[in-house]
Amino acid sequence: MDYFLQQLINGLTLGSIYGLIAIGYTMVYGIIGMINFAHGDVFMVSAFAALIAFLVLLAVGITAVPLALVLVLIFAMLISSLYGWTVERVAYRPLRGSFRLAPLISAIGMSIVLQNYIQIVQGARVKAIQPVFTGGITLHEGELFDVRISTIQILIIVTTIVLMTVFSLIVAKTSLGRAQRSCEQDQKMAALLGIDVDRTISLTFVMGAALAAVAGTMYLMYYGVIDFFIGFIAGVKAFTAAVLGGIGSLPGAMLGGLLIGLIEAFWAGYFSSEYKDVAVFAILAIVLIFLPTGLLGKPEVEKV
Amino acid sequence: MTATPAKPASAVAPPAPAHDLAHAFKDALFSALLALGLFGVIMGLKTEQEPTGLILEQHWERVLWAVGIVFVGRLVLNLTIWRRPGGKLDDLMPKGLQKYGGSTGTAIGVILIAVALTLPFLPGAERYHVDLGTLVLTYVMLGWGLNIVVGLAGLLDLGYVAFYAVGAYSYALLASYFDLGFWACLPLAFILACFWGIILGFPVLRLRGDYLAIVTLAFGEIIRVVLLNWSEFTGGPNGIGQIPRPSFFGLEFSRGDDGFAAYFGLEFSSMHRIIFLYYVILVLAFVTHLVSVRLRKLPIGRAWEAMREDEIACRSLGLSIVRTKLTAFAIGAGFGGLAGAFFATRQGFISPESFTFIESALILAIVVLGGMGSQLGVAIAAVVMIGGFEYFREFEQYRMLVFGMMMVLIMVWRPRGLVSSRAPSVYLKERKKVGADMVSQGHG
Repeated sequence: MDYFLQQLINGLTLGSIYGLIAIGYTMVYGIIGMINFAHGDVFMVSAFAALIAFLVLLAVGITAVPLALVLVLIFAMLISSLYGWTVERVAYRPLRGSFRLAPLISAIGMSIVLQNYIQIVQGARVKAIQPVFTGGITLHEGELFDVRISTIQILIIVTTIVLMTVFSLIVAKTSLGRAQRSCEQDQKMAALLGIDVDRTISLTFVMGAALAAVAGTMYLMYYGVIDFFIGFIAGVKAFTAAVLGGIGSLPGAMLGGLLIGLIEAFWAGYFSSEYKDVAVFAILAIVLIFLPTGLLGKPEVEKV
Repeated sequence: MTATPAKPASAVAPPAPAHDLAHAFKDALFSALLALGLFGVIMGLKTEQEPTGLILEQHWERVLWAVGIVFVGRLVLNLTIWRRPGGKLDDLMPKGLQKYGGSTGTAIGVILIAVALTLPFLPGAERYHVDLGTLVLTYVMLGWGLNIVVGLAGLLDLGYVAFYAVGAYSYALLASYFDLGFWACLPLAFILACFWGIILGFPVLRLRGDYLAIVTLAFGEIIRVVLLNWSEFTGGPNGIGQIPRPSFFGLEFSRGDDGFAAYFGLEFSSMHRIIFLYYVILVLAFVTHLVSVRLRKLPIGRAWEAMREDEIACRSLGLSIVRTKLTAFAIGAGFGGLAGAFFATRQGFISPESFTFIESALILAIVVLGGMGSQLGVAIAAVVMIGGFEYFREFEQYRMLVFGMMMVLIMVWRPRGLVSSRAPSVYLKERKKVGADMVSQGHG
């Protein structure tokens, strides 16, 4: 039971990170119907931005943890947004209206570019930092080990809940959210009614990238180790989460993220950690085959 | 690293000439600022692992270069290519090549074949060149194999390397467990890969477009992870070594009296095997080419192309989508398997490391850059890309970067690849060329 609880906590933490990345996939897919294959790599770039910001703060001497964390987060979100915006502008916008696979291929190219760019400018070696947050809460004292939830885990879960609420409100209540939803339904009509479609799409990418930056910062703080390749696996898993939850749906992305995190944690805990990626990939295939609309998605109407 | 400059909205309708210079300057300045934001910190401060922990190294000169290149590049592009009304990079492409089957295309094809046939005996051809030729031909073959799936049937397969792996491991395992030779294993590798193509193809029948792409990617990764972790059977990360080499109608390429050299009364040379392997892959590649060209003329090939253009129309006309998709998957996979078996016998050693996603992306890039559905385009793309990789070996770090950029640029510039128009397989009275923009491919 203790083991189960511990895996549950680990899974929820992992799931929160996946959920945050998954939102980027789901929003972009919802609005322009493409898989932003480079999103995982934007997440990776943001983790590097966070790492650099963290080291700079250390060098300058700002060591108060809450202040440092806020500064690192803001900086990572800023850099990440710039990347998200540029990627859309360079690789996707010229292809709008091209044949359907063109943006996906371009996105794969962009993903390769980002990965190798970071590998060149930051080096291929793994970067490790000392844990920033120590301590935590012991929930239950077991015979073999204690069930603990660490400070960073609490932080990740709380941040995710807060951000999810904020973003759901943005999409539901603000004019930007309305514009996004209208573009999702019919871009031409939205444009006729005076919505700047290009701007809305750009902002969607920026929002997705900013959330990925939060995920990147959390990933860095949680694992303490990053390299230029983390974006690929995290990206595919987050995409799986988005699909599982129903692509295009924000709560779906979060739910999918949590489920994927839990599945991965329990699979690694009870079966084998070597095959945890296989489990996630298999779920992706199974969901797409038997439940193509996901858990909370709307059925896709086939237009002739 | 330089950003591929974003094409401004003004590229479509250029502003009045009077504002041209000012506009171009402003635009370039904006791009440079953006580049500063993008590259400033990430390029300027390099994290370096020291015994005491991570430290930051300063490399501001790199930022300066990157921003400078973006500024100048953008300015030049604005003042030259994007300045002309309707100015497109398209004009740089030789006209003859743009039309598939045009006389330039035929000429290039004939020259390529002639060079390929005589390469080992050309003056100045050394072992290095023959090895490189073998490598290029392997990719040409993989490209043609994938072309059946992506180019003809319009199914984006991001896990093609899985079938390459299946072929390679089929041969390696059959050889090490059952002591079978290369020639006996070749058809088996084909059949096994076809079989896996069907297994993987079956569940994804209902998926369309990019969903299909992601699931095939997942399958490719699953196969790789299984190969990596199933140590008892596949050797895990250590791979399989000492894979037997092919024989020439039973003659080994060995130094002994019953070897190839002794039988033909030649002096023993290690080049014999290299040249033999080269011709093996050449024949395999030609087989792939001939089969796909002939298949295009058969009902099944026409069904593939019809499905690529419009899946719904196909279904309405009574084509079996299940059969059409599965045959495309199976045959494409089969050729991947053949190439894999060849890869195993050439290397003599295989490990899961050779079958990563990046390999799939590379093969896909060859197909895409060459122009989906065009045999000649794929061959040219393979020669250019693999040859280019080899040529820029010193810049190993940068070549993947350039390769990624090329994928983006080609999509932006010529979404249908270098050889983009295609001759229809079926026509009424006269054969009309179909321009790239008329073909709405890839909805399947």
